[in-house]
Amino acid sequence: MTEDRTPTSAPDWARVQLHIVSGKGGTGKTTVAAALALALASKGKHVLLCEVEGRQGIAQLFDVPPLPYEERRIAKGPDGGGDVYALAIDAESAMVEYLALYYRLGNRTSRALDRFGVIDFATTIAPGLRDVLLTGKLYEAVERNVRNKGARVYDAVVLDAPPTGRIAQFLNVNGEFGDLARVGTVRGQTERVMGLLKSRRTAVHLVTVLEDMPVQETIDGIADLTSHGMRVGGVVVNLTRPKSLGDEAREAALSGELPRDAIESDLQKIGVDVTPGLLDGLVEEARGHAERRQLEDEQRGRIDELGVPTYELQRLPDGVDLGGLYELAAELREQGMA
Amino acid sequence: MRARTSPRVGPLAARLGDCPELDVDALLDDRKTQVIVCTGSGGVGKTTTSAALALRAAERGRKVVVLTIDPARRLAQSMGIEKLDNVPRPVPGIDADAGGSLDAMMLDMKRTFDEVVESQASPEKAASILNNPFYVTLSSSFAGTQEYMAMEKLGQLRQDAGRTGRWDLIVVDTPPARSALDFLDAPERLSGFLDGRFIRLLLAPAKGPAKLMTTGVGMVTNTMAKVVGAQVLKDLQMFVAAFDTLFGGFRNRAQQTFQLLQTKETAFLVVAAPEADALREAAYFVERLDSEEMPLAGLVVNRATPALEGLSAEQAIAGAERLESAGGDAATTAGLLRLHADRIKRVNRENKMRERFQAAHPHVPTAVVPALSTDVHDLEGLRRVGELLAG
Repeated sequence: MTEDRTPTSAPDWARVQLHIVSGKGGTGKTTVAAALALALASKGKHVLLCEVEGRQGIAQLFDVPPLPYEERRIAKGPDGGGDVYALAIDAESAMVEYLALYYRLGNRTSRALDRFGVIDFATTIAPGLRDVLLTGKLYEAVERNVRNKGARVYDAVVLDAPPTGRIAQFLNVNGEFGDLARVGTVRGQTERVMGLLKSRRTAVHLVTVLEDMPVQETIDGIADLTSHGMRVGGVVVNLTRPKSLGDEAREAALSGELPRDAIESDLQKIGVDVTPGLLDGLVEEARGHAERRQLEDEQRGRIDELGVPTYELQRLPDGVDLGGLYELAAELREQGMA
Repeated sequence: MRARTSPRVGPLAARLGDCPELDVDALLDDRKTQVIVCTGSGGVGKTTTSAALALRAAERGRKVVVLTIDPARRLAQSMGIEKLDNVPRPVPGIDADAGGSLDAMMLDMKRTFDEVVESQASPEKAASILNNPFYVTLSSSFAGTQEYMAMEKLGQLRQDAGRTGRWDLIVVDTPPARSALDFLDAPERLSGFLDGRFIRLLLAPAKGPAKLMTTGVGMVTNTMAKVVGAQVLKDLQMFVAAFDTLFGGFRNRAQQTFQLLQTKETAFLVVAAPEADALREAAYFVERLDSEEMPLAGLVVNRATPALEGLSAEQAIAGAERLESAGGDAATTAGLLRLHADRIKRVNRENKMRERFQAAHPHVPTAVVPALSTDVHDLEGLRRVGELLAG
């Protein structure tokens, strides 16, 4: 894949320890999060890739069995270089672990809590507590300390985060839950988490495709994150169309002025049996493509106006499999995202 | 992929093959069809499909109201519903020659919730609920509230339709969930919460049987108080006490709507894109409808790549390479061939995925809608999508 767009300013992501990857549903944020984790690992880093929505998207991408609440190595570089561990964080397990780490509550208490539906209640309903638990676990992974004995230490944590529409709310745990919990240890915890999330060590990346709605959501998401004091990292423009037609040819395709005779003779030269249907079909494909590219360019313009570092990943014709994922990771690295 | 809680439902042995075609017009024209629910995972074009179906039905003579959840701004504008006021409004510019009509609305989830509270509780009680911080979160951001309120609004529209005769078809778009199943599960989850043991426990001191106050309870409440602070528990207790008497009504309504969804008046359309994730969600949903005995009308596969037949990807690539290596000014032709090869590869992949779905679910009538080269943001665009849906 060739890509002539280089980020206007090359930001220093090296100090970022927590990469949060969000985006509208269907834009490929899981793929981008995984590619980013691989890209970081390819530079020799130890990376933890997390998901929090119970989708098991990471397991599917890497073609491994469903991930438990346990860090599993899913990719390793050659020569003892970097590696990627993966973790599916669920609120229930995070709560039990939290109580054990901070309250030394054993199994008996956990069982009692479970029996009275407290864990279920706390993790599904209590406003914002679910998010507090999920981000709390992330915090723990980034800030590994002595409480969690023998735990692996990572250079970077990448999160396949909830979608753009919910991301500011998800990360702004202090706001919603902090308002409810004015005291209590959770309060102290949320403040420490917010401290990390708002620091230069965290970057929130937004994935989009070049269509009106996802771009609008990206614009709204950036405004939302910024107003909550969170730092927007990069915008990853995903699934762009191939650029096999030059600007002139695109314009000709749009205005219906492609040189049909020349195309026909080119095709005959290489031994293609040219029927009128074939010629019409190719020209029609070119027109549809050019129309889409024009819309893409409009949307790309809106993204450029944001003044945020932008990375671009072309759509893989065969879909994303493991090989494709490595390709995307290389692309992100070359463009300077890792 | 969520963990499966039920076994797969399917033919167990089947070959890849053809599936019955979904006859959209027959579905829309059938007066017995009174509710159409469009479900599917996020980003597959549910809202556009719902709007296009509603418009087509209206222009074929049905009196239609369409409930959209989160339409693109320009689409909402073109339907005259950019104002979020929770009331169906007539859509301007439709062709009413066949005697139909089209109203549209956008769901305001918090307002719908507030209205239900207001209609069910005394003014003082309603006020105390509406101001409780737990209610505010529950009604504005609890995952599942949107689905619950979509069901509630559907129930209301249905009642209005029965009473006034203003509509004979309700088309419902469902919230953009990561999983299509959320639409069916979320109301139950909300009920489950408000009915749950923990809530009972919180109410227990006020209402009591004293025997509930065991050491276990003490431990639980003490722990919770330590973790979240005692004030939170107090707020919660107040909220639960106020909401408790109200909830019976809520639950009944959700139950009724759920039952409506099981009748033959309802038709579910599962919307997907020809991609692995979307089709997997579609498969879950199809199987779930089956086990709930809910009426599935068919599968809509949106955004299928249209492509010219008769020139394979390999031929096109080989041709492009020859033109490129020969030099000269054949760049445009080579570009066309590369473009075509890219399309054919995608078409092949999409077909393979659709065939797999069909092999596992051979009886699901399917409509395939080719991807448009432009965005849909006006009635003309919706009409075009409607035509493509009808085949």
